[in-house]
Amino acid sequence: MSNIGSYEDRLRNFSWSLAEQELEYVPGGTINIGWYCSDRICLKGQGEKTALLWEGLGGVEKKFTYNDIRRASNTIGAFLRGLGITDGERVCLFMDKAPELYIGVLGILKIGAIAQPLFSAFGDESLFVRLENAQTTAIMTQKKHAPKVRKILDKLPCLKRIIIIDHDGKAPLREREVAFSLEKAESVEHLDVFSTLAESPSLLHYTSGTTGQPKGVKHVHYSLIAQYLTAKWVLDIRPDDVYWCTADPGWVTGTSYGIIGPWSLGVTQCVLDSGFSAEAWYKFIQKNKVTNWYSAPTAIRSLMKAGEEIIKKHNVSSLRMLSSVGEPLNPEAVIWSEKVFGKAFLDTYFQTETGAIMITNFPGMKIKPGSMGKPFPGITGVVLDPQTYEPYPGSGKIGLIGLRPGWPSMMRAYWDNEETYRKKFKNGWYMTGDRASIDKEGYFWFVGRDDDIINTGGHLVSPFEVESALIEHPAVAESAVVSKPDPINMEVVKAFVALKAGFSPSAELDLEIMNFIRKKLSPLAMPQEIEFVGSLPKTRSGKIMRRILKAKEWGEEIGDTSTLEDD
Amino acid sequence: MADELKDIVLKYVIAEYSEDGSDPITFDTPLISGGIVDSFSMVSLKRFLENTYKISIPDDQATPEAFDSVDKIAVLVRRFTKA
Repeated sequence: MSNIGSYEDRLRNFSWSLAEQELEYVPGGTINIGWYCSDRICLKGQGEKTALLWEGLGGVEKKFTYNDIRRASNTIGAFLRGLGITDGERVCLFMDKAPELYIGVLGILKIGAIAQPLFSAFGDESLFVRLENAQTTAIMTQKKHAPKVRKILDKLPCLKRIIIIDHDGKAPLREREVAFSLEKAESVEHLDVFSTLAESPSLLHYTSGTTGQPKGVKHVHYSLIAQYLTAKWVLDIRPDDVYWCTADPGWVTGTSYGIIGPWSLGVTQCVLDSGFSAEAWYKFIQKNKVTNWYSAPTAIRSLMKAGEEIIKKHNVSSLRMLSSVGEPLNPEAVIWSEKVFGKAFLDTYFQTETGAIMITNFPGMKIKPGSMGKPFPGITGVVLDPQTYEPYPGSGKIGLIGLRPGWPSMMRAYWDNEETYRKKFKNGWYMTGDRASIDKEGYFWFVGRDDDIINTGGHLVSPFEVESALIEHPAVAESAVVSKPDPINMEVVKAFVALKAGFSPSAELDLEIMNFIRKKLSPLAMPQEIEFVGSLPKTRSGKIMRRILKAKEWGEEIGDTSTLEDD
Repeated sequence: MADELKDIVLKYVIAEYSEDGSDPITFDTPLISGGIVDSFSMVSLKRFLENTYKISIPDDQATPEAFDSVDKIAVLVRRFTKA
């Protein structure tokens, strides 16, 4: 029997207080995610249970018990306090999937500061806009990523401290830098955990917007209630599981279900801090006897591409529960996983803003390959008429996915951007920006985004951000960025570029522009294809019509072109 | 020829993907499984090889395994330059 038991029964009797009671949280009292994910597990007599099995490059392994992560997070928290970091300040974690990233989040939360994890492949421009927006005061990073921070330091007077977690003394520390070694630091047994309340801010994750700069999504400590219960009921995490979430904590899945969900449940989780290869992943599953695996469609499709022979060389029979997130899981991937692993990947759906899984396939439920599943108990999900923002009656109509606000892990604000936050709500619904339909049995079917945002490999990329960076290249006069279909990543970035006078299209320039964006923004934002054009389609008022370019890429009808500028 | 090819690829990989303070990259350093080049960045590395050696590498052969070191990339490129 799965943790959720009967979905229908849960729907009938649901209250978030179920999770509050299991976590022994008293409404109005203190709730600190850092404490819940470490100290509480130890107080329940699980201190010597393994919390983290970590493997890095070259097969280097580290193991942490819950007592270890309790003390280590105390140590990081005390170190930050010693630097003068106080509650409410933003502390960025900008590193690979090192143990310090996972434990550091807990340490930051324990002192009441706000953890701001950022994907370590971000280029200096992406890093700068996020640190500047959040007015981040400290950043924890690795020496390999420190040059990107140094490059933008002069523009960030608010950034008081750069903490290098693996400083080896070979090069001197620079302005505002300080070394910290978790292994060498004196272990702190007792830390005065800050008494955060339900609405105290916890995490700040950045997500791309259609226009304007990335938005900082503010979450609060009460999000724990939803992350705990969804990890238990949807991912079906059980006490004896060895759980592996492949997401990077630079993104919301990596914190909600790579840190908070599993550790608040006291489960053993493992982390592989190296690049993707099918061989390495299957070996990792075999070695750690992974039972519960949460991954992404892009990774699953890459594994499909690697073939079945490689699976037969490994023992992956330990796998009990498979789930997926990031983008719609295509039916072929569901059918493939049933064939090769003997069980289907269950697709889950949520967003940075929702903080926890909203619509999903549940263990024990009839799976319709390609469907998003049904709303989590306590979540009211509908498909709205895009004109009236009223739910469509009946089934089958394609509209906008709306969610009734009020669940525990819902974002509380976009950082310093009240206007954009307010626009996310229409007629009493939180607007996800995604389109779907609902079938007669209540299953949701994803159709696509309702805006120009590109979902590549489960990560959102803003065309505006890429276009803004492109025109900083000396050869680019103007550009338009759209998605194009991709068999592995679902969508990838494509750029249409008009060059300045004196520049001509060439293979060398094409590569130069690709690398320019990769380094400035991130590999995700790098156009996988650049098409040089003489001019871009525009309205008579001069606005670039991305819609036309995108329709061509997807083989769709171009639609109304009456406002198109004459050649 | 082979050594020259590997030198050119290594020089490009260091210039484009290595960060100050990182461990040095050599011919057999794992690039993809070592997290130095991610799957998105592989596209620009493939483009570099195709531009430089005037070849076309089919997508089904541009695998993480085939791109996992300068040594392996050289084997892949030679297969197409000989064809």
